Amino acid sequence: MTVRSYREALHDALRTELRRDESVFLLGEEIGRFEGSYKITAGLLDEFGPKRVRDTPIAEEGFTGAAVGAAMLGLRPVVEIMTINFSLLALDQIVNHAAKVYGMFGGQARVPMVIRTPGGGGQQLGATHSQNVELYYAFVPGMKVVAPSDPADAKALLLAAIRDDDPVLVLENLALYNTRGEVPDHDEPAPIGTARITRTGTDITLVAYSRMAAVALQVAERLAETDGIDAEVVDLRSLRPLDRDTVVASVRKTNCAVVLEDDWLTYGIGAEVAATISDGAFDWLDAPVRRVAMAEVPLPYAKPLETAALPSADDAIAAVRQTLDAVARRR
Amino acid sequence: MTDILMPRLSDTMTEGAVATWHKRPGDRVVPGDLLVEIETDKAVMEHEAYEAGTVAEILVPEGRAAAIGAPIARLTADSPATPPSPVPSPGSAVPAASAPPESTASGAAAVPGAAVEPAPSESASAGAAVKPAPSGSAAAGAAMSDVAARVEGPGRRAATPLVRRLARERGIDLSAVPGTGPGGRIVRADLDLFGTAAVSPVAGAPAGGTDRREPTAVPFDGVRQTIAARLTTSASTVPTFTVTASAAVDDLLDLRVRVNAALDGRKVTVNDLLVRAVARALRAHPGVNASYSPEGRGRTLLHGRVHVGVAVASPAGLIVPVIHDADRASVTDISARTRELAGKAADRTLAPDELADATFTISNLGMYGIESFTAIVNPPQGAILAVGAVREEPAAGGGTVRRLRCTLTADHRIIDGALAAQFLATLTGLLEHPLTVLA
Amino acid sequence: MPTSTSAPRRRRRPPTNPAADDAQLLAFYRQMVLVRRFEERAARAYTEARIGGYCHLNLGEEATVAGLAAALDPTDYLFATYREHGYALARGIAPERVMAELYGRTDGVSGGWGGSMHMFDADTRFMGGYGIVGGQVPLATGAALAIEYRGGGEAVVCLLGDGTTNIGAFHESLNLAALWHLPIVYVIVNNGLGMGTTVEQASAEPELHRRAAAYRMDSARVDGNDPTAVYDAVRTALAGARAGRPYLLETVSGRLKGHSVVDPAKYRSRAEAAALAAADPVAAYAVRLHGAGLLTDELIAEIDADATATVAAAADFAEHSPHPDVSTLFDHTYATPVPNDARRLPGEPLFPVPANGVPA
Repeated sequence: MTVRSYREALHDALRTELRRDESVFLLGEEIGRFEGSYKITAGLLDEFGPKRVRDTPIAEEGFTGAAVGAAMLGLRPVVEIMTINFSLLALDQIVNHAAKVYGMFGGQARVPMVIRTPGGGGQQLGATHSQNVELYYAFVPGMKVVAPSDPADAKALLLAAIRDDDPVLVLENLALYNTRGEVPDHDEPAPIGTARITRTGTDITLVAYSRMAAVALQVAERLAETDGIDAEVVDLRSLRPLDRDTVVASVRKTNCAVVLEDDWLTYGIGAEVAATISDGAFDWLDAPVRRVAMAEVPLPYAKPLETAALPSADDAIAAVRQTLDAVARRR
Repeated sequence: MTDILMPRLSDTMTEGAVATWHKRPGDRVVPGDLLVEIETDKAVMEHEAYEAGTVAEILVPEGRAAAIGAPIARLTADSPATPPSPVPSPGSAVPAASAPPESTASGAAAVPGAAVEPAPSESASAGAAVKPAPSGSAAAGAAMSDVAARVEGPGRRAATPLVRRLARERGIDLSAVPGTGPGGRIVRADLDLFGTAAVSPVAGAPAGGTDRREPTAVPFDGVRQTIAARLTTSASTVPTFTVTASAAVDDLLDLRVRVNAALDGRKVTVNDLLVRAVARALRAHPGVNASYSPEGRGRTLLHGRVHVGVAVASPAGLIVPVIHDADRASVTDISARTRELAGKAADRTLAPDELADATFTISNLGMYGIESFTAIVNPPQGAILAVGAVREEPAAGGGTVRRLRCTLTADHRIIDGALAAQFLATLTGLLEHPLTVLA
Repeated sequence: MPTSTSAPRRRRRPPTNPAADDAQLLAFYRQMVLVRRFEERAARAYTEARIGGYCHLNLGEEATVAGLAAALDPTDYLFATYREHGYALARGIAPERVMAELYGRTDGVSGGWGGSMHMFDADTRFMGGYGIVGGQVPLATGAALAIEYRGGGEAVVCLLGDGTTNIGAFHESLNLAALWHLPIVYVIVNNGLGMGTTVEQASAEPELHRRAAAYRMDSARVDGNDPTAVYDAVRTALAGARAGRPYLLETVSGRLKGHSVVDPAKYRSRAEAAALAAADPVAAYAVRLHGAGLLTDELIAEIDADATATVAAAADFAEHSPHPDVSTLFDHTYATPVPNDARRLPGEPLFPVPANGVPA
């Protein structure tokens, strides 16, 4: 085990795969000479050269589509899209092509590509640079979407994504890049499609992914200290496929749940989780499933407005308390 | 048309069974007439008519049970019909004998939810299909309840899916469970407090095919249901421990012989002496004459009065009539009252208040030769004493001594081991010095 | 899936012979007639409800199909549009498999998963028809990038319609190809209409090949009704592409029928339709070969009968090919199986409820 930042863990995974497999190459805006907008690819151009670390023009649709085509011929491109907001320019190539080629050609062509892209608000980047639209991709069969919340998973899930023969979107997060944690020294991938219980508990289930999964852990610790509440945290890790069984098993144990998500509430990932709980744990529910999600506004620039709109640990704690009050677990 | 509702005739009943109808369809009824006998979880109770009319229809036949507040018969009002009023008398359909109108507006006495927490508008919705129009500020809420009653039918209560499943499995009628969740919704905690009433009929049955154990199902009556529910709650929610002590009772038995000789026909039993001794020991150790309360951060309720319940095996099942203020009663008084209560239990004529408010229970299986046993605490009481048979044992200095073993089961949330030990020491001391029992 | 290259990049190639020999000229004709009869049979099968969905035909485009396909090496990759039946045939995919795909059967070239717009065949490096206008253009560019990455000698030919030259992906792709010197030829099949919209209505520069200038890319416009002209132009373009100079070629031909089989093309005047019919490239090419002494009336009849028999056999084959079994529905969602891939039919619950009603 080594303590690494989330950023370093991603970098380690990229470097490992570039060294391991000649067919792996990186492409994206500013990933080479500029060393990446968030410095994930720092030093890789020097080590691997411009063929394998390829700077692109500002043309998300073009280079993302080119990655799909290169993958169809057996290469393993890893695309960096600077933030998930810009992935919308490549939506057609991701949804209509990357996710479709394998199925619509009857399984004859594979698309072993990765799209790395960070979501996240809270940096006063305004409405167009603070969105969390991973739902758009998680919605689409043929895509795989993973959303690591700590450095160990960041490395293990990126390794898995690169070695997978399907298009995988790896959702990173601006606020997580500097977080640190223990990372195994080995290069074992994590299984895509599985959630992880990051804290066991008996009183309530917190379901989250990406940044909010890290927040959920803090929330659980605070609740244990201040309220004596023993919360279980389910880190979804994989948004597609979605590990419904782990969520449902946890709620069958705790009988109530709060979903924490950085996206908008209406039609969001939390809605899917809540529906899953309704399907699989209806007879175990002792309270309605609560969702803590972003306010439904284009995210403003001004700090107080931005802060108010984003889901916080305090929001989550209030939701947990209200839920447990409703089932008399706190009386 | 007025509905006659299943009355609440015991503090713990959730449903009652119709034992005997004293009126038939077509019979005239005036207030005070005996209408029906109801078997509650504790006794068979008489129930009288509150208003005049003619019995139109019996809805629940003899032998069948219904939840509190459920209609069991219909009464046609005497003609001429009471003139229509914009605000009909709130009490008109509510069999709450003595309650003033403002408290009956919510149908408190006729409404299941009112058993523990009277009068939330939520519980009113579980009331009768025909409801009196409420007056004053309660009107809006009750009107909504009316809508709910029409849409969901009588007895439909807001309850979480978990609660509905558990209630199915435990055979609990949710209409009788008070809900403390938002808007009166029943949550699991409410169910756990309420207790379980029946074991799932599926449980224990061999998988597939016919049951080769060839069982005969004996449905629980009210008493059995209450026993099952209360003791399950006790065993699954109350942390208990037991302590046992024995007392040399040669002197006590000799004293009893002498007392009985002097009493001219009326007999004092060992049990009567025990009740008296226990009452005195409880007075000496108020911490044992206590109940656990979850209020706030939890608290111990120290009871100012000593009411000793005596478990009795009656034809109706296990019944615990109560000797109120046993510490202030003489042994003969205790003896007389115990005999009277046991007789009523056998006849199923115990009144609710003769079964209520015990602060401690004695269960005596000595008559069956049992040496010692443990009993389960009967919540909210804090402890119970299990008494075995008097046995002759070799004495330390040769010869024999007659000893009696007592085992105290205590709620550890409020009673610690030392206190339990001190209580038993006091009790055995009293039994071994029987004059102090009589004093 | 083709993942390796068959020859080293920049290998010496024999000099392009601009004059196709007589056998090639006759082969063009046979190819054109086969496409013509096949598409006519497809149109009939559509009206008989044997074919569903959209169905876009190459009627009027036969000369471009024949000339272009003949110019490709077997190891080259061809990306097509949704109007691709003829190219699939010309690339060497058996007519039975193309027709079976239109019928949605298991023997179809895409196993019944793609239909008219999404045919794919790894063996012939037919890299797919694409239903989204221009969706294939970035993909083809990426395929060329893969060839370049591996140092292979193959090239990519990417078909696109005239309307596609107005989408962003077209420009992004041409820019990438030119920047990175990719071995790719973009072929604009200009039939004058994007559905009902003319090139002049849609494009500020209606000489579409001239858009290459923005990327300093070689380009040319050629008569799409002349298979030899198309053949020569594509050979030239491919030679440049293999040398790292991507190319933009524009072929100009007509669309004899509507945008798809259900389009009556009312936006065209009777005179326009008559002019198109008069300029029918198959008939014109037959007259040309007849005049050159390469075709006789008997041979014309024989070739026609062969093509008719071939497509009849293809239709018969397709008719008798099995429908895909519903049990295969979840076979092609993911290439790498992962846990929790939902395999649930629409009416099925996510969490099964056992018969006794007790939750699992």
